[in-house]
Amino acid sequence: MKVRIDHAPLHEIDLTFSSGVTTVVGPNGAGKTSLLHAIAGLSPAQSVMVGHREWSHRPPEQRSVGLVPQEGALFPHLDVLHNVAFGPQARGVRRRAALTVATQWLDQLGIGHLAKRAVTTLSGGESQRVAMARALAIEPAVLLLDEPFSALDVGVAEGLRVELEPHFNDRITIMVTHDAIDVATLARHVVVLEEGRVAQVGRLHEVAAAPRTAHVARLTGANVLRGTARGHVIDLDATTQVHVGSSSNGPVLATFAPTAVTLATSPPLSSARNVWHTRVTQVLSTGQITRVHLASPPIWADLTPAAATELNIAVGAQIYAAVKATEVSVTETKTAPAPNR
Amino acid sequence: MTVPRRLLIPASLGAGLLVLPIIGLVLRAPLSTFGSLLTAPATLSALWLSVWTSTASTAVCVLLGIPLSWVLARAQFRFKSLLRGILLTPLVVPPVVAGVALLSAFGRNGFLGAPLRDGLGLSIPYTSIAVVLAHSFVAMPFFILSAEEGFRALPPRLEDVASTLGADAWTRFRRVGLPLARPALIAGAVLAWARSLGEFGATITFAGNYPGTTRTLPLEVYTQLQADPDAAIVVSLLLLIICVGVLAALRGRWLGGLR
Repeated sequence: MKVRIDHAPLHEIDLTFSSGVTTVVGPNGAGKTSLLHAIAGLSPAQSVMVGHREWSHRPPEQRSVGLVPQEGALFPHLDVLHNVAFGPQARGVRRRAALTVATQWLDQLGIGHLAKRAVTTLSGGESQRVAMARALAIEPAVLLLDEPFSALDVGVAEGLRVELEPHFNDRITIMVTHDAIDVATLARHVVVLEEGRVAQVGRLHEVAAAPRTAHVARLTGANVLRGTARGHVIDLDATTQVHVGSSSNGPVLATFAPTAVTLATSPPLSSARNVWHTRVTQVLSTGQITRVHLASPPIWADLTPAAATELNIAVGAQIYAAVKATEVSVTETKTAPAPNR
Repeated sequence: MTVPRRLLIPASLGAGLLVLPIIGLVLRAPLSTFGSLLTAPATLSALWLSVWTSTASTAVCVLLGIPLSWVLARAQFRFKSLLRGILLTPLVVPPVVAGVALLSAFGRNGFLGAPLRDGLGLSIPYTSIAVVLAHSFVAMPFFILSAEEGFRALPPRLEDVASTLGADAWTRFRRVGLPLARPALIAGAVLAWARSLGEFGATITFAGNYPGTTRTLPLEVYTQLQADPDAAIVVSLLLLIICVGVLAALRGRWLGGLR
């Protein structure tokens, strides 16, 4: 999908989106929600090309976008089932058939039992699932998500991410977010907006390697690993483990800052519980810091340019990475873990 | 409670102004003849006429007022605030002036009345249709005020989402706007009905005071006051009971405590 927009508050936007998740990040007031609205047809755009179809002259109802605004915006006068059936019905599907479609989507998102509930009685996580089911029920070509998980508990949010990821990857998904975990676990591409303009755009690794601002560095550089906890040990895969300070069981997210990782050319004699022997896949220097990406586990490490020179860091080099167990924070989730990407 | 004492005296006077006349009406009720006056043919006929003309004019207000309010709430066009001002003038114009205006338009020589009479043989003044027309004229602004405010208060995000889901403007109006504004629409209809029921000046000017066809309850009160004051008091009490009854019945059911 190619998008050109030059209507305030957006300026000279010229972006191409491919399938999978693109996260849109940037400070408040940067125009993130405006970008979603322009793609949906709720505000003007110069051009929105999807395949060979030009959408910019079509009203929203003649596009194929699933919009999930902040806090869901469910229809308060309809029950859960009729909220989800609204889209198919509005698109001409007969009532009975639309309700069947809605039921299937509710079941798929694990909320079939909520069908008859009034939306005002739902919890935050339930509301967000219903809003997702409603948007997906029209099988949109483009899914637009405005901070979809920001109002939820971290555990609930992570469970939803794992469940919804296949649906996000089936289509062009554009997600506005302030959450580093969204970026780390879902994003293939990142768009950075500042004051209505594209400040940076690229694949996640490209943007994470050379973040334009501290804000972008924080959002794109977080180390987020999915795994299964057994007490103080988290299994990432058959051979890789993370030792952590807190005890838990079942699917978890382990997160730590790139600055918490120390690198060495020989096995370190430090007290760090986590020491991985791995390979350097990417090295980028931005003056203040050198940011290094490692192969397994797939993490970022930040170090000073002087230290990088001393360690002779280069792509392909074998290296030891150490992280203290107490630097790793653990979030329990309610669903089975998905593989790390 | 931190109300300054000096406010209590004017506050009590205000309450008295509103409550004392009603107490007076109840005190003057003729107990011995109450039942027979209430079921007198003239009273029953006026009651029936009032109920059906008020209901009919409320239907007119709702059926025409909803589209009009939606246009006022949503459409952007020049002179919109001027149009809204004109539409709401019946709120402040003396009802007798409203009657004269209706007569000027629909009367035998009015610019609408003359062609209606010559072309279709239709004469509106001094008929029950005139009563409904007069009621609608004075009651419509009450409905529009409430309905437009209800439509304006709808969260735009819900309509945005509805449009992305595939709902065109008509579907958004029908499936999102109308049901969400329902409390405001019901409140507006109740106001319009109550205003119709009490209508006097425009009705007597435009529709006259003919028993059975145009003599509604307020006109019956006015007529009886000259002949039989007791009957006037009984009919007045009947009007009072209907109004209080309707408000009380609707309060809990739909309006959630009538803000």
